[in-house]
This record gives sequence, C-alpha cells and structure tokens, in this order.
Amino acid sequence: MSLHDHSVELRPKLVGKRVKRTEDPRLLAGVGQYVDDMAPAGMLHVALRRSDQPHARILNIDVGEAFSVPGVIAIYDATDLENEVRPAIPTSRMPDYYATPIWPLARNKVRYVGEPVVAVVAESRYAAEDALEHITIDYEPLPFAIRQVDAVKDDAPLLHEEAGTNTIIRREFKRGDVDAAFESAAVTVKGRFRMTRKTAVAMENRSYLAEWDARKQALTLYTSSNIPGVIRDVLSGCLDLPGTRLRVVAPDVGGSFGGKGSLYGEEILVCALARKLKRPVKFISDRLEDLSATSQAFDELIEAELAVTEDGMLIGLRADVIGDVGAYSIYPWTAALETVQVVSFLPGPYRMEHYRGRIRGVLTPKPPTGPYRGVGRPSSTFAMERLIEMAAGKLGMDPVAFRRKNLVNADEFPYRTASGIIWDKSAFQECLAGACAHVDYPNLLLERDEARRNGRWVGIGLASYAELTGIGSRISVAPGMPINTGTETSKIEIDATGTITAAFGIASHGQGLETTLAQVIVDELGCKLEDIEVKHGDSALVPMSSGTYASRSAVLGGGAATLAARVVKSKVLRAAAYLMEQSIDDLDMHDGTVTSRNSNRTMTLKEIASAVYSQMGRIPRDQREDLAASETYDPYLGTACSSTHLGMVEVDPETYGVKVLRYVVAEDCGKIINPMIVDGQVQGAVAQGIGAALLEEIVHDEQGQAVAASLADYLVPVATNVPDIGIVHIEADLPNNVGGFRGMGEGGTIGAPATIANAVSDALSHLGVSVETLPVTPDRIFRMLQARRDPAAAVTD
Amino acid sequence: MPEKKITLSVSVNGVAHTATIEPRMLLSDFLRHELGLTGTHVGCEHGVCGACTVLLDGRSARSCLTLAVQAEGVEIETVEGQGSVDQLGRIQEAFRQHHALQCGFCTPGFIMAITDMLRHHPLESDEQIREALSGNICRCTGYEHIVNAVRELARERGPLT
Repeated sequence: MSLHDHSVELRPKLVGKRVKRTEDPRLLAGVGQYVDDMAPAGMLHVALRRSDQPHARILNIDVGEAFSVPGVIAIYDATDLENEVRPAIPTSRMPDYYATPIWPLARNKVRYVGEPVVAVVAESRYAAEDALEHITIDYEPLPFAIRQVDAVKDDAPLLHEEAGTNTIIRREFKRGDVDAAFESAAVTVKGRFRMTRKTAVAMENRSYLAEWDARKQALTLYTSSNIPGVIRDVLSGCLDLPGTRLRVVAPDVGGSFGGKGSLYGEEILVCALARKLKRPVKFISDRLEDLSATSQAFDELIEAELAVTEDGMLIGLRADVIGDVGAYSIYPWTAALETVQVVSFLPGPYRMEHYRGRIRGVLTPKPPTGPYRGVGRPSSTFAMERLIEMAAGKLGMDPVAFRRKNLVNADEFPYRTASGIIWDKSAFQECLAGACAHVDYPNLLLERDEARRNGRWVGIGLASYAELTGIGSRISVAPGMPINTGTETSKIEIDATGTITAAFGIASHGQGLETTLAQVIVDELGCKLEDIEVKHGDSALVPMSSGTYASRSAVLGGGAATLAARVVKSKVLRAAAYLMEQSIDDLDMHDGTVTSRNSNRTMTLKEIASAVYSQMGRIPRDQREDLAASETYDPYLGTACSSTHLGMVEVDPETYGVKVLRYVVAEDCGKIINPMIVDGQVQGAVAQGIGAALLEEIVHDEQGQAVAASLADYLVPVATNVPDIGIVHIEADLPNNVGGFRGMGEGGTIGAPATIANAVSDALSHLGVSVETLPVTPDRIFRMLQARRDPAAAVTD
Repeated sequence: MPEKKITLSVSVNGVAHTATIEPRMLLSDFLRHELGLTGTHVGCEHGVCGACTVLLDGRSARSCLTLAVQAEGVEIETVEGQGSVDQLGRIQEAFRQHHALQCGFCTPGFIMAITDMLRHHPLESDEQIREALSGNICRCTGYEHIVNAVRELARERGPLT
C-alpha cells in the first residue's frame, strides 16, 4: 500500500507508472540466457578440487589415475599457470593496509576451506568430477586463529606472512570529545553486537564461460557478474590482453545481492584455460561451492556505547569494532568496504556531536567478505538502533518520541555526520511519521499490550536509518580502492529505421533496468517505449563502467540516460526544424512524432531518421548530424535515501520460534520510476533482512570447517517466513540531481535486522534479555533465557 | 565411473525424444544439455530450492533429484510448454502482471510448481498459498507478488471439484 495512488495520479509521462517489464517475456518463457544456458561447440568443463584445510602448506599434489577417466583433457595447479596470468591486486590508499594478491588457484598455501587448488578440465562436468576423485593433495597443517578476537592478537598465527600482521584495515573516525560527553551523560547504554556471517545465495550460482577467438587472438568471458566492466579492466592486466581483444559480457544473471559483484579466481581461470587450450571453457559453481567460496558478509563484533542527556538528547557514541574479513582482501572493493562502512555509518540519521568509532579488519581463514546488499549498514544499523531502543527504555521514553527528538530535522540539511558523510534533503522525520501512521502506532501498542495480558510474547521494534546511494566521484564506494565508482555512461543512438538503441555499462540482474531506463528515455526523448532497446551488461558497450551495485544504477544510469536523451532530442529537433521548415522552438516530440505549434505538419521519428541517414542530400552536409549521443553522469556527492521500518513479532513461548506479524517500511527514494519495481525491491530486501535476523548464518567450527554445506543448513526465507509488507512511499524532492532519483535497492536489508532485533527484544523484555547477536534463532533465545536463569550453565556464542 | 549407456524414450511437452545416455545422468542435465531445454534451472542440486521443478505425469518433481532414466515412458512438462515469448501462458502472464519475478532464475520452477498446485491444492487462503509455495525459494521478490499472482489464478480457477 502506498500513500500515493500512482494509478490515478496525473502524470503525463512514463516515469512513475507501473510499466510491465520488457525483460519478463523471455524469462517467463524459459528462454532467458544465463551463462550455463550457453554451449558453444567444443566446450570444455572445469571442476575444482578445493581445500579441505583452513590453513595449510601444499606439500604435494598427486593426480593418480585421474587421466584414465575418459574425457579428461588437462589438470592444472597454480604452478602450471605461473606464466599465464598475473594476480589481481586489490590496492588501497588506506594506511597500514596489505593488498592480498588474488590468484586463480592456491599457491603454496591454502587459506580457507573451499579455496580452489586443482582444476580438472574435461569434455563433461561428469568426467571432470570423476577425475577429482583420483587426486590426492598432501598438506602440512599450519596454525590458525578462526575467530576474529583471536586473529587480532599480536601473537596470532599469520595468514599472510608478507603482511606481517592479520590486521590489514585500521580506521578511526572522531568528532568532539566523546569521553567528556560520556562523563556528563545522564544515561548510558552499551552492548556487544554481532551480525554473524552471511552469504548472498543468489539462486543462480556463479557461472563463467570463456571463449578464445584464435583468428582475432581475442577473448570473450560470459560471466554471472554484476560488474563486467570492472572485470574487463582487471583481467586486461591479469591476462595481458588489451581491452580491444577482451570483452566481458554479463547476459541474463540470476541475482547477485553483492555476491557476484567482485572478481573471482575462477573468472581468471576459465580465461587463462580457454586461451591455453584454444577451446571454450566453462565453470559452473554448485551450491556447496557457492556456500563455501562466494564472498560472505558482515561478521563484525561491535562494542558500542551511547550517551544520552536526561531529557533524551543523544550526545555521544563510541564504538570499537573488529571485522572478520576472511582470508583475502576482495577485488576491487578491498577489505575496507564492509568494515569501514560500519563505523562511518554507525551514528545513523541522528544528530551526534561526539563520536569515536574504531574498526580493525582482521584476516581469518574463511572465505573473503565482500559486498552484500546493504554493506556495513545492516550491522551498524542493528547496533545503533538497539542502543536507541535500550536508551529509550532506560529513560522511560517511547522509542518513537525518542527518535523524533534526535533525527536530523529538515532545517538542518545538509547535515555533516560525525564521520563526514553529508545527509542532503531526505525525509528522515517523514519516514518515521509515515511508518507509525501506517500501522496506527498508538493502537498497535494497545494491541501488543492486550496480547501480553493474554500471555503472548509480542513485541514491537523500529529502525530508522539513512544510506548514501548513487554515490558520485566525491567519495569512493569503498575508501581508497582502485576503481572509479563515481560515473556512468549512456550511449543513445537512433538508427536509420528510426528505432533507438540505448547502451549502458551497468549490468541489470533482476532490477528491471531494461524497463526503468527505457521509461526515463521515453519521457526525455519523446519516443515510443517499444522502439527502445536497452543494452547493458557488456564491457564493449561503453568505454568504462563499474556496473550495478550500491543502489546506483537508477541514479547514475538514469542520470546519464537523461543527459544523453536530451542531446539526442535536440539533434532530432534540429533535423526536424530543417525538414519541416519550422523554428526549433516551436517543435516538440511525443510518442515518436514531432509536432509543431505553428503547423499541422508532423513527422515521425522514422521519417526523420530516414531523411537524416538514408536520403542522400536531403539535409545539407554542413547541417547533417547523426542522431546519437554519449553522455556520462557524475552525481558527485550522491544522494541520501532514508527509511523507517516498524515490525511486530511474536515469540512462541514453547519453541522460541519467531513469527513476524506486521511489517511496514516507510521510505524516501526520491522520484519513483516504476512503483511496481520499487515495491518488489523493498519486499525482496526486507525478506533478506528477515532472513539475516532470524535464519541465515554461515558457521565455521573450531577446526575451521564450514558447517553450512547446503540450503538445508543455510536457511533462507521461504514464503511462510515473510509477511506482507506495508510500504509507504515518500518522494522527497531532490534538488541538484539529474532526474531526482535516489537509490533504493538495498534499504530493506539495512532496516530489517535491527527492526526484528528490537521487536524480539521488546517481546522478551519481561524476561530481562536483549538481542545482541543475529540471527536470533530459537537456540539463541533458549540460551539467552538459560543464561538469565542460571548464569553458570550458560553457553554463549 | 561411466557405466554402460541406456536408451531412453520420453515425451517432453508433447514431443517424443529418444536418447542414449549414462544411467547416472540427472533429469535436469538431460533436459538442459541433451535436449537444449534450458528453461529448467538448477539452483542447488540437492532438492531444496525448487528451481528445477518439472511435472512428471502431471505432478511436480525435482529434476535435479531424478535420474533421467527414471522418466522412461513418462510425460514430462517443462516451462517451455507453458507458452512462448509472443504468447505467454496464463501463469506466465499473471507473473508478469503482478511483477512476481525479478532475476527470473527461480521462476520456471515456481511456474511448474504452481501448475501442479492449481490442479491439486485448494489455495483458498493466503496461508494455504504460502504453505504451498514454501517448497520453492525465491531470493529476489520476498514472495508477496508471487502470492498475489497465485491468489488471482486460484480465484480464476474457483474451488477444486
């Protein structure tokens, strides 16, 4: 449900309409083309032998009888590729950082269970997997520290000796005099918060296919990546191939949520092998490989403390965070991405004069952490919003009133946060009010209290947050990393038949950008929707692109499309003015037809295109110009997107299972291009946030083994875990931004864990426990209550 | 190790196919790689996610947990039999109308599971619909739009007779 009813709102244009997606028919008919759907002639398959050791030296690899398996072509380890590839180096300007080199196969040592060690190439995946069974790897186990609290210690075993330390990221943000603020505070609250390790679980596993063109000495990589441009640029170095002979294509991609948004060794591998063997080479990850070797998320230990005045004003926040970054710093984002964002976003959308937030990012023998929907902010929002509700409780204030008092007000924008982030005009207060109005908050409290009188464990929780989306060139998406995340390019061309090709570097993988970007172009250019073909996900389309991630594609892609469409439109109208003998000021184009205010004469885009391109001499040569433009957009600061989530949950006193009874999201994503798609993004992201709060957890045991080996162990939400989500759209105006769009793909995942944690804490408040670790599984609730009853018997995380 | 190959005869979406395959070949691999029907997707290979769901003699089954040779003589239905790009089937159209798909990877499995549900489940309440859908995982949509699509389809169908 929405405050605005978009179907009746008077909007002459396509932006704002529930346009059905143009990508749907192929996907619904089963003729989408994902990487594993491609099978070029002569294709070979790779299967990987992965490390079963968390930290060990590779002493010997014996292939045994592997070559006796019919169809086996070749078997490689790192030594065989030494002269074929160079490693990717995730450089960073962060001080005291160590850039772990990324190779396709483990060299000398393995550093996590699941790291690729040996590649078997065969005529079929069945044969390749048969051959793996014959391979024996001798390891010398090395000491390791699997928990971040141990790995951070000075005498901890080193994962990368060259680094001289496990702590490869250190960052501190400071403003004011936080210790003095705590001394003067009337009330302080603190907690030790932990969002355990998660992984993205896109339904399509990571998939790669490389084709070597011997005639042109050129390589094409088809990849399930959402950053094909970045992959092209880095592989150019790894493979020593110029960009003209290296093309990276992301065809239909089955979700990413960040998990497919980094470089993987397997991408380097299939390229190197296709070039070496001169045949197409495919690698398709299975689900076990996905759970054990796709980038993982969060896993910070956040010790945080909040200082509040007697009348409920926030005055100080201090936090010490240890982030478990896994075994490698991921390319291109580096280990700073997730970790630094936790402390840079921790103060949230609130006024906070005094702040100190310190993070240490520590190497451990686990898969690398990388981007996952929300990045850093699910953890920071969880910690901050728990502290907010703990403080409100201690002060005896209503958590909504407490938030209202401390959220940055409209007249304070632009507001510079304690870590230097600038919040521009965004509807912080309106989101809080909108969520409360949607559920009739005072009445919901009565409903909760009534349920409690009947012995039910029911609780209400909220979370308010702000995020930076559509980030431009002023700051990097990850501090100090090696790529440009501040620009995107759109190339729009009208061809001789009058149809429009709009090419982008971004790479849609479920967001529906083929539809939404076309909607933007229709409105700017004045053409028909069905005449536009949006191309994306191909490094050959524009000179540079960093892809689709970080809630940026509607902002940057939409902005670039707007700029390019405007230029093309001016060219169309100049040609039309000559052809129609009209003043350009009197002309406009709508629905693919140019009309004049002063004449009944009209011309279709098809006629104009024909005149420009195909009718020689129709337009004088000094006035003739191609109906094409390429424009790049840089939103510079980026845009703030804000939201308040409100949820009501019930905990079963017998099983400790948690059921989400009510859920509402009030969010401000600026001008909405397609409300249907925005609703879908919110619902999907909230579902992932509920998964993070209640179900999902990657566990490594004390031996460093990954315990979650299937989707029966790593639980993602199914239809019965997720309620209908109430959605309140608040479209705050966004000045100084082309298009007025804010990014919104990630927000649900940011707000939901905190909301659920607060609601469960509220439901259990009469039992004196507070949720500080997510997911809050029945087992964790059992242990919290047990510890409360009998501290001596408690087994904690 | 590869075993002696077996000749298999099946009907897929009403078309007869005969192939000689290894007995260990999964039905999902057979459909995708032998017949080129790549609309059936493989998401987990252990029967949890439901992306590979097809109909065997009218009932939904995980093609990743079924050996192709088990389908000897069976009528197999896949998403390709539901409609085409220029003429979507009714479930496909409802999915488009309700924005019940995003990346589209899990969608064929949902469509086939829903085909079975509409034939055999009452689907009278959202609770029943969600229960019926809970054998398939979608990571994009949060399920609400899928529930909306199924609710409409169930209403159109009317009560099970």
